[in-house]
Amino acid sequence: MSTGTQTWPDARGRFGPYGGRYVPETLMAPLEELERAFAAASADPGFQHELAALLRDFAGRPTPLQYAARLTERLGGPRIYLKREDLLHTGAHKINNCLGQGLLAVRMGKRRVIAETGAGQHGVATATVAARLGLACTVYMGTEDMERQRLNVERMRMLGAEVIGVAAGSRTLKDAINEAMRDWVTNVETTHYLLGSVLGAHPYPLLVREFQRVIGREARQQILAAEGRLPDVLFACVGGGSNAIGLFYEFLDDATVRMVGVEAGGRGTSLGEHAARLAAARGYTGARPGVLQGTYTHVLQNEHGQIATTHSVSAGLDYPAVGPEHAWLAEQGRAEYTAVCDEEAIAAARLLARTEGIIPALEAAHAVAELIRRAPKMRREQVVLLNLSGRGDKDMEILARYRER
Amino acid sequence: MDGTSQTRIGRRFAELAERGELGLVAYITAGDPALETTEQIVLAIEQAGADVVELGVPFSDPIADGPTIQRASERALRSGTTLAGVLALVRRLRAKTEVPLVLFSYFNPVLQMGVERFAEQAAAAGADGVLLTDLTPEEAGPVRPALHARGLDTIFLAAPTSTPERLRRLAESSTGFLYLISRTGVTGAREQLPAELPELIRRVRQVTTLPLAVGFGISQPGHVSVLGGLADAAVVGSALVDELERAATADAAVAAIAERVRLLKAAARHGMSQRTPARPALQEPQ
Repeated sequence: MSTGTQTWPDARGRFGPYGGRYVPETLMAPLEELERAFAAASADPGFQHELAALLRDFAGRPTPLQYAARLTERLGGPRIYLKREDLLHTGAHKINNCLGQGLLAVRMGKRRVIAETGAGQHGVATATVAARLGLACTVYMGTEDMERQRLNVERMRMLGAEVIGVAAGSRTLKDAINEAMRDWVTNVETTHYLLGSVLGAHPYPLLVREFQRVIGREARQQILAAEGRLPDVLFACVGGGSNAIGLFYEFLDDATVRMVGVEAGGRGTSLGEHAARLAAARGYTGARPGVLQGTYTHVLQNEHGQIATTHSVSAGLDYPAVGPEHAWLAEQGRAEYTAVCDEEAIAAARLLARTEGIIPALEAAHAVAELIRRAPKMRREQVVLLNLSGRGDKDMEILARYRER
Repeated sequence: MDGTSQTRIGRRFAELAERGELGLVAYITAGDPALETTEQIVLAIEQAGADVVELGVPFSDPIADGPTIQRASERALRSGTTLAGVLALVRRLRAKTEVPLVLFSYFNPVLQMGVERFAEQAAAAGADGVLLTDLTPEEAGPVRPALHARGLDTIFLAAPTSTPERLRRLAESSTGFLYLISRTGVTGAREQLPAELPELIRRVRQVTTLPLAVGFGISQPGHVSVLGGLADAAVVGSALVDELERAATADAAVAAIAERVRLLKAAARHGMSQRTPARPALQEPQ
């Protein structure tokens, strides 16, 4: 690697010190089985062909890389390109991973998939793929999230999935993952846990990244075709971090390309008010290395090791841990992590809607907000590329509430 | 270590084996609803016949636990229970009783205290063993030596999904006893034990001579009786927490839990608790 960045986990699923496999014993053999199945599928041209066909014909890949002319003009800085993952079937990048894992589930002979969901985008994508592949599907969702993302709950039900509300803890993504893990530990013989981000025990952070790498693979070719050069900066929002790693990964060897991951700054910098795990330099407190839901990474927690509640206007970013590979990229200084607050994300969504005719998902709006902050300080001949990971239809009720203020 | 335990746990299992008696391991979440209540419960269940007590250190995200112990953990955290507080409880208990005590938790609270510091303080307080639900031997590299150096037993979970290779590794990593999960799933009382349990126990016996405690889903005297011929101990947890939830007062909870332990231990003593002839044959090293 020309940059010296270690980009593949070791045999134990470690990215530097981060990652690993911290699960109850019952899940160890299934995780080993999944690791073997993934390795075999990766080497199987038949599997790759089937996945590529589904990504093309069912999901709508490749997605465009759009030059955002009016936003560029408005901000007066670098030339801005948007990777339009929001145009995919089901409205976000989540379908890339769901198709890959769905095919893996079929390959392993599992007839049922389960998933957690925050914003509902991963739940909808899982329900969609389950319907397409003829698998039974159960989705766990915090009751707080069911309330704020009602449209997605109805979409999942329309697709034939069972949606189970989780009323424990903060009633958000973390609690949905707990419940999905309990289901998996109980029904492990018949069920594949279709985890939605680069989180959890090895091999999930690896295999989700591999299924999302298609974003960066396309974007790299597209920007080279459009500009004849690599971008100066990449922007992506980071909840668990799957859309960000999907974009970043293909550029890790390109030493001139800077990477910015944008976390949820919520409504304040003190513990409980935000979901910023890696943006300590911006004053966000409460994150330390720890173990949550299978992996060793930066976790928002109190001094006794109890996991903190988080806040974000965006359900998809509202989670106390971050993917272990991001923790490692941050520690090496290869990617930079920052956070923007709820209000900035809402304002960014509005600006993108009115300059480009695109209503972004609130998650992706966080990345847009950081771009808006930085663009005026950059030069016009520079080029930036932002992963527009999802569309905002699901967020209209929240956006409408902010308009009324 | 060769798995032979020098702790109160090892001595208790040796005594049980000598008597040919099934042991009873009793789990209770520390600090539910308050540490003072837990202290009374531990003293009462020792009197009622518990051979080993597992003190649950509450964690905010107990992925291996069913609704009963989830609720217990929430109550314990609401009452301000911390790992340091549970260690102080162990110290108080150790002044009053010699019952073997196992600290039962998830990895993160221990990690945040610091593994070395935890080992030192747990041993000094008088704990005998540690079981961390989300820590398997693969990830326990630095943890086992730290605990063994302080004379603490390391107990790992074995599961129905564990391969023969994994069972061997789990047994090699465990001291004191091996905790066998009776079924795939989370903790919680069930009506029946799985039909495959005897076969599962036989598979585990093939790879280890460690005492075997079977848990998850055990709530009734009948379950304990069945285990008499098969295992070295039965673990009961959620059924005791159920008693606590049903009781109107802390005193009533202590009494009800003690009574449940008495019934279960009676089944352990008088049920099919004599060793089957198969066991001595399996004690031969492989």
